[in-house]
Amino acid sequence: MILVILIAVLFVGGLLAWASERINPEYPRIISLLIVLLDIVLMFSLLGGDSSATWLVDLQTDWLPRFGISFHLAADGLTVLLLLLTGFLGVIAIGSAWGEITERTGFFYFNLLWTLAGVLGVFTALDLFLFFFFWEVMLIPMYFIIAIWGHENKNYAAMKFFIFTQVTGMLMLVSILMLAYSHYGQFGVFSFDYFDLLKVNTSGPLEMVIMLGFFIAFTTKLPSFPFHSWLPDAHSQAPTAGSVILAGVLLKTGAYGLIRFAVPLFPEASMQFAPIAMTLGAISILYCAKVAFAQTDIKRLIAYTSVSHMGFVLLGIYAWNEEALQGAVMTMLAHGLSAAALFMLAGGLQHRIHTRDMSNMSGFWAKVPKMSAVALFFSVAALGMPGLGNFIGEFLVLLGAFKANITITVISSFGLIFASVYSLWVIQKVFHGEYRNIDFDDSHLYDLNRRELIYFGLMMVGLIWMGMYPQSFLDLSQGALEGILASSQIVATAAVTK
Amino acid sequence: MQSIPIEHGLILAGILFSLGLIGVLTRRNVVFVLMSLEIMLNASGLAFIVAASRWGHAEGQIMFLMILTLAAAEVAVGLGLIIQMYRRFNTVDINVLSKMKG
Amino acid sequence: MLDLIWLLPTFPLLGFLSLVLTGGSLPKKIVAVIGAGSIGLSFLVAAIIAAQFLANGEAHFIKEVWVWMSVGSFSPGFTFYLDGLSLVMMLVITGIGFLIHLYSAGFMLDDPSYSRFFSYMNLFVASMLMLVLADNLVLLYLGWEGVGLCSYLLIGFWYENPANGYAARKAFVTTRVGDTSMAVGLFLLFAQLGTLNIQDMLHAAEAQWAIGSGLAVAASLLLLGGAVGKSAQLPLQTWLPDAMAGPTPISALIHAATMVTAGVYLIARTHVLFELAPNVQLLVAWIGLVTLLMAGFTAMTQHDIKRILAYSTVSQIGYMFLGLGVGAYSASIFHLMTHAFFKALLFLAAGTVILSLHHEHDIFRMGGKRKQLPVAFASFLIGSLALAAFPGTSGFFSKDEILLAALEMEGPGLILWIGGVIGAFFTGIYSFRLVFVVFFGESKAHHEDKEVAGFSMAGPLILLMILSVFGGLITIPVQEVFNHGDVHEEHHVSAFMHGIMIAVPLLGIGVSYLFYMSRALSIENLMASSMAKSLHKFWFSGWGMDRLYQILFVNPFLFLARVNRADLVDRFYELLVQLTRIAHKMVAQTQTGQLRWYALSIAAGLIVIVSLGVLL
Repeated sequence: MILVILIAVLFVGGLLAWASERINPEYPRIISLLIVLLDIVLMFSLLGGDSSATWLVDLQTDWLPRFGISFHLAADGLTVLLLLLTGFLGVIAIGSAWGEITERTGFFYFNLLWTLAGVLGVFTALDLFLFFFFWEVMLIPMYFIIAIWGHENKNYAAMKFFIFTQVTGMLMLVSILMLAYSHYGQFGVFSFDYFDLLKVNTSGPLEMVIMLGFFIAFTTKLPSFPFHSWLPDAHSQAPTAGSVILAGVLLKTGAYGLIRFAVPLFPEASMQFAPIAMTLGAISILYCAKVAFAQTDIKRLIAYTSVSHMGFVLLGIYAWNEEALQGAVMTMLAHGLSAAALFMLAGGLQHRIHTRDMSNMSGFWAKVPKMSAVALFFSVAALGMPGLGNFIGEFLVLLGAFKANITITVISSFGLIFASVYSLWVIQKVFHGEYRNIDFDDSHLYDLNRRELIYFGLMMVGLIWMGMYPQSFLDLSQGALEGILASSQIVATAAVTK
Repeated sequence: MQSIPIEHGLILAGILFSLGLIGVLTRRNVVFVLMSLEIMLNASGLAFIVAASRWGHAEGQIMFLMILTLAAAEVAVGLGLIIQMYRRFNTVDINVLSKMKG
Repeated sequence: MLDLIWLLPTFPLLGFLSLVLTGGSLPKKIVAVIGAGSIGLSFLVAAIIAAQFLANGEAHFIKEVWVWMSVGSFSPGFTFYLDGLSLVMMLVITGIGFLIHLYSAGFMLDDPSYSRFFSYMNLFVASMLMLVLADNLVLLYLGWEGVGLCSYLLIGFWYENPANGYAARKAFVTTRVGDTSMAVGLFLLFAQLGTLNIQDMLHAAEAQWAIGSGLAVAASLLLLGGAVGKSAQLPLQTWLPDAMAGPTPISALIHAATMVTAGVYLIARTHVLFELAPNVQLLVAWIGLVTLLMAGFTAMTQHDIKRILAYSTVSQIGYMFLGLGVGAYSASIFHLMTHAFFKALLFLAAGTVILSLHHEHDIFRMGGKRKQLPVAFASFLIGSLALAAFPGTSGFFSKDEILLAALEMEGPGLILWIGGVIGAFFTGIYSFRLVFVVFFGESKAHHEDKEVAGFSMAGPLILLMILSVFGGLITIPVQEVFNHGDVHEEHHVSAFMHGIMIAVPLLGIGVSYLFYMSRALSIENLMASSMAKSLHKFWFSGWGMDRLYQILFVNPFLFLARVNRADLVDRFYELLVQLTRIAHKMVAQTQTGQLRWYALSIAAGLIVIVSLGVLL
């Protein structure tokens, strides 16, 4: 029941926030903040449950029984981690929108909360029909956030985002339906339930086709090469809060989908497909790191680095062993914080000087030392400095992937070098060097204020915690990942012996 | 009474339909186009009646009555539109009325 | 007391945190107290721990603080491992580190970013201690990257000048290349041996791998990649001379005494692995030899006082690699320690010179400074003597050990020895070239130069002078660590060979005297021929390595970045969009608005469909 409440609170809160704008345009943000905080408090109650069981909460009621569609929500350790990340970044996003969004605040916070609700639904739904429903729910409000509150080229970016995710989402829908029909073919009844579909024994080309439907949908969201090109546009045009949610949370739904659905549902096809998926991951890592380096728009640059980091996640997932999967999850969490922080910094800069063009920036350290130090911290986190969360993730991914495929892993490791190239380039270009005011109004170039410092401080603490004592996160996801690994291994070994 | 062979009836219906179609395609005056349309409708009605008498079913007659009412309604609306058209554009030439371009 | 070993990195870390969180709002006095004091405390603890450890007489001591992460069978911890080797390193780092911090308190006094400087320095010491005290390779990697980061931050400390930023990035990226190789090495070791705990890993390697087996070769090569990156050896040595863009105390602490020797430490720490791959170990020796000779040549041609010292550092680390390669681990570590003494001394003295001469770096614009800068002169004299391995100084003992070990090695030992001796000859030349040019001859500066050296700067110099002279008498307790196969026993070398080894550096000093002091020989004559000129230019540019890498790696990368700025993949989707647009336009063409045209198409379509239905 707690999961329903979690989601419902956000839906209702969104409507409340919208309605409250009539009373006072300041109210929506306060209401949203309270709603998300309430949600986080509720999430913590999940942690107190029986930790030995794989599924901490499991709720299933009939929805459309004729088609085997049920309202099935459940959470295991992995889910809880992602829920907490969503809640945390929700707060951060509201914080970053606090002073930036001044028009139509009610509708903005409505969209923000509904996106979050959709994300929570995606992370908890165990009925594929319901999953698809939430998948769409998180998409449309996000479209509005980009299209209404975005920057100069917002309609193009929003439409691109929508088409990419919608088209691939349709592929997933087709795959879901094919899978449900396969279930009908084998058991005589329709079912969209995760546990029922796990038992479906598809094989051969059909399995590969269905799997690809899921794979493409999820890797577009992730995103991975070659489906990544919506992301730089969406990020550079979205308002800061949109970028935070997009980079921090929405991308993770793709990775989550791969871990929860794409691989366990189709273990054989996934095993065959793994080398290709890992190669795509490696290409994402290297190619996007290189493209990132070439960007002059600071938000585009960060967007490409996101794709590069998500390449590690893809690599880790398809290496499909415990180290790599844990690494993928850690990368998801750490990247959620570091990318969100970098986008907030870029957004903060844009808010102050109304440009994102790095070729105009130089030597900001002298003007905004606190902001520069914070930027340095997160750049260093992004390049994988040990002691911070991103390192744990990437190291574990590569450690695990090395067992699965040495060549691809070694090639991917070059990403570590490229990451240092682009991260340090940003620092050099924006914050180091001599302060020159070339082509912008710097009258508003003030240092971080207290509110911003609190948000960045929270994210720093989070990254250091992940880097120095990742065990508290690893323990949570361990049970879930071991379960997923074990179930797919049984099928895989059965397939081999057969 | 010797019944007329069904083929004759159908050929007549076909000829009438083709005449109507040619009228629709070649005429520029909307009034004539509308008249040609009526011919086509009646041709199809004739085909229904012929078929009905051949099979001894009543549905054909019913369909014809349907078409008749339809045609009446259509003519009413069509003529109304033509009058409006003439008032607004001062012409009933169908080639001139090509505002709905893609 | 040994249990308190975790305090060692904690003090500097706390210093770092307190300096960062106050964000430069503290007065300079307090910053200096926190910055230097935290290292001083660390040194005190280190000294007490060292005394107790040696008194206990145990081979090693392990203290687990917490488990870092535990995934499957992979569970590295924040665990400290103390043995003779890490003991030496820890004392050098905290001891020399403290002296340099003390010196910096005076040296950096006029800098507006005083607090930032000390915070980075403290973070560096904390990372470096983590590196040498780590009991597993992952924790070592943490320290390894941490020192790299601090090196980056401190090289680019004066960030207003883009050249400094470039040098800093060059240093970081170049070493990152090595680090990545090392990381892959860790993956390989874990995949094969199932642990990254150093001692367990070494035991497992010995048990599982035959000598010369492919895996041992691969693993040790990958670790060697990390070591050459950090220690600025061939082929990744190009970053170190540029790293001199940082403040001089940084060059002393990071780029001479401690961080750059991390590679030596890594190889010594995992020497078992290298012994399993004799070819790789020999490669270590050759890398050391070639690097020390190349750097020696280059050092003789440089004008910048700090670049000369930088190349001499590269060269001296080459000696350490040579020692490691021939199996003289304790000699290498010994040289590491004495080098830390005299090179820190030289750099700090150079700092005094530079500061006194208003940031003049070119030695040919100095001259005759021995009266004006007595402390710096004394420091340089002693430091250079030790650097040139003048008999009796600390550098003499350690370099002697390495060369003797090379000589005793079978096979290529003699060549290595000859190379090392030639290198010692160069060392004599370039070190005294510096002394003669800067401190003797006529005074060239126009302004009144006064030595800037308060107590906080002079004190460390004097202490380092003492260490540079007498440091050779210290015995380092590393026999236990390298107990098998280490060459530390009696040497059986003829007096003649030994005589050569003593004489050659003196010869070098003599040559330098003839060129730069008595002017009996003239550089101008030597440089007259065009070949000499181009050779000089070649050496001056560090054997053209920078250019080579620029052409091989940097330019292609920049080119690729430039041509693909707009992301080729996006062009594909743009193409899709364009195609859709074209198709849309074509279809829109058919919508003419001509009613008769529509009717015709309907009729034609109907006819086609009906005829198809009839025919098929």
